[in-house]
Amino acid sequence: MAYVEVRGLRKAYVTPRGRTPVLGGIDLSLDEGEFVAVVGYSGSGKTTLVSLLGGLIAPDGGDIRLDGVPVTGPGPERGIVFQHYSLLPWLSVRDNVALAVDAVNPGLSAAERRRITDEFIALVNLTPAAWKRPRELSGGMRQRVAVARGLAMRPKLLLMDEPFSALDALTRATLQDELLRIWGERRSTVILITNDVDEAILLADRIYPMTPGPDAVLGPAIEVGLPRPRQRRHMSLEPAYQKARRALVDFLRSSVSEREAATTEGGPRQMRPGSGTPGSPMEV
Amino acid sequence: MKIRLTSQLILPMLGAACVLLAWTVVSATIAPDLPSPARTWQESRRYILEPFFKDGEMNQGIGRLAFYSLVRVGKGFVLALAIGTPIGFLLGLSRPFHQSFDPIVQFMRPISPLAWLPLGLVIFQKSEPAAIFTIALCAMWPTVINTAVGVRSISQEYLNVGRVLKLSRSRMLTRIIVPATLPYVFTGYRLSLGLAWLVIVASEMLTGTPGVGGFLWQEYNSLVYAHIILSVLTIGAIGFLLDRLMGLVEARVRVN
Ligand SMILES: Nc1ncnc2c1ncn2[C@@H]1O[C@H](COP(=O)(O)OP(=O)(O)O)[C@@H](O)[C@H]1O
Ligand SMILES: [Mg+2]
Repeated sequence: MAYVEVRGLRKAYVTPRGRTPVLGGIDLSLDEGEFVAVVGYSGSGKTTLVSLLGGLIAPDGGDIRLDGVPVTGPGPERGIVFQHYSLLPWLSVRDNVALAVDAVNPGLSAAERRRITDEFIALVNLTPAAWKRPRELSGGMRQRVAVARGLAMRPKLLLMDEPFSALDALTRATLQDELLRIWGERRSTVILITNDVDEAILLADRIYPMTPGPDAVLGPAIEVGLPRPRQRRHMSLEPAYQKARRALVDFLRSSVSEREAATTEGGPRQMRPGSGTPGSPMEV
Repeated sequence: MKIRLTSQLILPMLGAACVLLAWTVVSATIAPDLPSPARTWQESRRYILEPFFKDGEMNQGIGRLAFYSLVRVGKGFVLALAIGTPIGFLLGLSRPFHQSFDPIVQFMRPISPLAWLPLGLVIFQKSEPAAIFTIALCAMWPTVINTAVGVRSISQEYLNVGRVLKLSRSRMLTRIIVPATLPYVFTGYRLSLGLAWLVIVASEMLTGTPGVGGFLWQEYNSLVYAHIILSVLTIGAIGFLLDRLMGLVEARVRVN
């Protein structure tokens, strides 16, 4: 059995206004140390998938196993980098990270925990800002704190929910490069949720496209044949890049047109600009 | 700069002048017993200019009287916070507690200080603790309710951080729930302080304890109406200052 094994995961939200079926049977598996991306349109249920994997909400059906153990609730062995950072505004950068380090290492001495905290703050290049509060930071710096907090938990599985989607293109590229470097150093098991096709190809070993909801499912996994360590420069010229991109975009496009043929409601969906032109060069 | 001078100094002074004028007209026409502003000043100047003189239990400078009232309000206020804050947290955190006690809170909230005071006298047999009891009981509700609302409106985002980390109950409380609720709590404190000051007059009047309110009632009984106005203005000024002070504290908490 794979390290992470998700079978037939289903979820609908029930509100007074009715039932919204969101996920209609998600299958997904990861080996230890793999970096997998899930790419889908906004509103298709990506955050719902993260909440289920994180154990923050309960599924209607299906099964999640991490390292053979069924997931029944939240826990620090599944770290989450939330879509909206979710930093605690009353704590400094340091204390936000320390909260995680202290929570997962109760057995270590205070000095050792401090060392780990400092190590992860340094890893995301935030040492000079360690004593600042989140409101004093730029969006990119906040996202770095959130990433540091997620990594500092040293989780078996790190879930990242559109970690860079709120950032401007330049900052996003910088943080993607940083994540690429950090992951190269530590090889943790990561599921990256994104709506950015190029981000997924740059970072992931394997990509699952997600059909638009309701009842979203994952399409067949697309292997990214690019060798590591990867470089953003010239990546778009590699045949492996263009192959992965074409497969991904084709699947996402056809899943939308099928959906639109099946239903009358639902206007055009939002994707990152540039995603619609397969193989277009992307260099920052 | 010119606009600020107009809006922050000249216009408020114009407003005050209007009120003084109306007061003068009323005292000169329909209410001859009401002392005019000039007479009020003449009869009160010693109380203001020597604010800390003491000729007897009930004949003291306004500063001294205000000090007694402030100490009393301070005690009642601190008691209100000490009781109200934990009740507010419990109401917000525990569903069974909320179901048990929320109806009682809603029931007790609108009861006037005039109703609690005699009960306080019955319980404590002394006017001073009865007054403090009344102040605390009337002033604590905004703290209770704001704290409870604050706890219930903590963003799920923050709670999820604690859930993922599996924080212990105490760390969840000290690191997430209390700091997230603090702005609401301090809004409650500011409203509670305003209420405590509102209640002081009534409780001093009924118990006859020395303070601005007690002085006001005594001077009414001795027909020195100018001193009623002096007391009223003092109560207003101190209430205004207390609110500003708590507003500053509240703003500091909100910034975090
Ligand atoms: N707590 C909720 N209650 C009801 N509906 C929800 C809730 N959260 C999300 N949804 C709905 O589920 C769908 C998927 O949402 P989400 O998982 O946030 O999508 P994504 O992260 O891909 O943008 C959306 O239609 C959204 O309106
Ligand atoms: Mg989302």
